[in-house]
Amino acid sequence: MILLEDIIGSLLIFIGLFFMIVGSFGLLLLPDFFARTHAASKVDTVGIVVALIGISFLGQGWFEADKALLAAFLIMLTNPVSAHALAKAAYRAGHKPWTKDNPERASESKMKRAD
Amino acid sequence: MDLVINIFIALFVVAILIPFIRLVKGPTVFDRLLSIGAIGGKTIALVLLIGLQYDRVGMFIDIAIAYAVLNFISGIVVAEYFRMRRENQ
Repeated sequence: MILLEDIIGSLLIFIGLFFMIVGSFGLLLLPDFFARTHAASKVDTVGIVVALIGISFLGQGWFEADKALLAAFLIMLTNPVSAHALAKAAYRAGHKPWTKDNPERASESKMKRAD
Repeated sequence: MDLVINIFIALFVVAILIPFIRLVKGPTVFDRLLSIGAIGGKTIALVLLIGLQYDRVGMFIDIAIAYAVLNFISGIVVAEYFRMRRENQ
């Protein structure tokens, strides 16, 4: 017997999985660290939150669904904050962003060793 | 329903294995830290899918929340460490 909530949950997990795979390829293929930060913060956050909402449909009762939604809310708060802090630390460490005018900077902008 | 969740677990493992390439060949330290954060975020959903497979989501979701908090703390601490190291020199 196939329930309606199983179909809705599986569909939401599949949508979240699509966003996560797109974010993974963005993390692999984008040219610079600051461009990769977009892929790792925004796309992955959408994917994880949608997948957790789908998992909350597949649980046993209301209690587990509420805890899954709490985890989704926590990830929605913390994941972009972590990526933003990392990007700010990289910018202050002398990491120049990639521009279209001189694209060779993406390869030469290695962080100079501080010690 | 178990077969569908097994297929989802396999696809999640594929989505987690792709940032490992960036983790190995990343040019700077920050690329590696970013890919570690992405892997940790996807592991949370993977843990919950394994909990669905064991029919004990209520136990596994506590592990997932603890993992999310640890991931956040580690990212913030590493960023703060780079800022402090730059101010000290």
